[in-house]
Amino acid sequence: MSFSHLLLGILEPAPCHGFALKNAYDVRFGRGRSLGVGQVYATLARLQRDGLAELVGVESGDGPDRRVYAVTSLGVAELSSWLLTPEPPTGYAQSVLFAKTVLALLSDRPADEVLARQRVVHLERMREVRRLGQAGDLVSRLSADHEIAHLDADLRWIELAGKRLEHIAAEHGLSG
Amino acid sequence: MSGPLLAGLGLGVSFGETAALEDVSLSLSAGEVVAVMGTSGSGKSTLLHCLAGVLVPDRGEVSFAGERIDNQSDRRRSDLRLRSFGFVPQFGDLVPELTLLENVALPLRLLQVGRREATGRAAALLDELEVGSAASRRAGAASGGQVQRVAVARALVHCPSVVFADEPTGALDSATGELVLEALVATARDRGSAVLLVTHEAVVASHADREVVVRDGRLDLLAFPTVG
Ligand SMILES: Nc1ncnc2c1ncn2[C@@H]1O[C@H](COP(=O)(O)OP(=O)(O)O)[C@@H](O)[C@H]1O
Ligand SMILES: [Mg+2]
Repeated sequence: MSFSHLLLGILEPAPCHGFALKNAYDVRFGRGRSLGVGQVYATLARLQRDGLAELVGVESGDGPDRRVYAVTSLGVAELSSWLLTPEPPTGYAQSVLFAKTVLALLSDRPADEVLARQRVVHLERMREVRRLGQAGDLVSRLSADHEIAHLDADLRWIELAGKRLEHIAAEHGLSG
Repeated sequence: MSGPLLAGLGLGVSFGETAALEDVSLSLSAGEVVAVMGTSGSGKSTLLHCLAGVLVPDRGEVSFAGERIDNQSDRRRSDLRLRSFGFVPQFGDLVPELTLLENVALPLRLLQVGRREATGRAAALLDELEVGSAASRRAGAASGGQVQRVAVARALVHCPSVVFADEPTGALDSATGELVLEALVATARDRGSAVLLVTHEAVVASHADREVVVRDGRLDLLAFPTVG
């Protein structure tokens, strides 16, 4: 579900067609991998079906016509709730976590709160993994160490991201 | 006893112009392991010093086992620390001329425990912490990881009600630190000692049952959002 949320977030600032969305995605979140435009239109169709996005026009140019989409108010609400709901604290949440923080920043939603909520969930998971690992044999300890190290990488990034946001807010005289 | 074992209420500390701590309340139950997190300079050590009766707060009160301690004399507080508290500092702070074993037996000797019994208990605890084989080494010649394990032993040898650990692994590499922390928390739990663990690292804080975050001398409420 999170890819369609991601697309919703990129679409939110202004109506746009699938090809422009694909480009925006590639620049911000692609990390060297380019998205297929077909996947983008399929996702847009699904968002439209669910009432989260709507078709607002068709742009005709040199190539095939391009359908232009916009986020509905239902879509905005859905996006807000997704951004502020922490990801399941697996060691592999990094890319979604990064995307949520960037989208929150770009849309003036509280990115520090996104980070703070995720931090709570990650720390809780870390405690749980530790408990399970310590109750077991050497192999379960090693496995716990492995997951803890990945969670720790996320937490370090959350810490740093929080510091950066704080620093930027202070520089612009926005701090409390 | 009902109620918390150790409680700070509305604590405030100023150093000249600097408000190091402002209106912070924190309590520990018996046997509970609590982490105090925050970036450097946020007021973690100041909070620990107030709760441990090392520093008298300018505002607020501290009570231990239902009794106020912040208004007691220096002498009574120092006696309380010796008897009921243990301390693991960042750099071990062992007496370099004494052996590791002698360092650990020291708190018991100060509490008038006989030499033979003190040595026996210290040796057993060093074994438990897997540094028994180095017991006769002088503290000045021990490695960083050994020193911190011994500091843990020294803090726990008299079965204190509360152990205060201020960045106890801050001077160690992360893998060595992880194992020392594991030993610290496990030993404290074994003895029913509560732990106040000060750290700026989440991975360290995750050894605790819960954590609080200090930011600019205050408890950071953003760190406890109502999720959902
Ligand atoms: N003895 C002292 N004299 C003057 N300022 C102090 C003293 N101890 C701490 N401070 C100041 O109080 C604030 C909190 O310090 P501290 O509790 O040591 O923070 P932390 O342990 O989180 O790094 C800092 O601004 C620090 O400079
Ligand atoms: Mg400190």
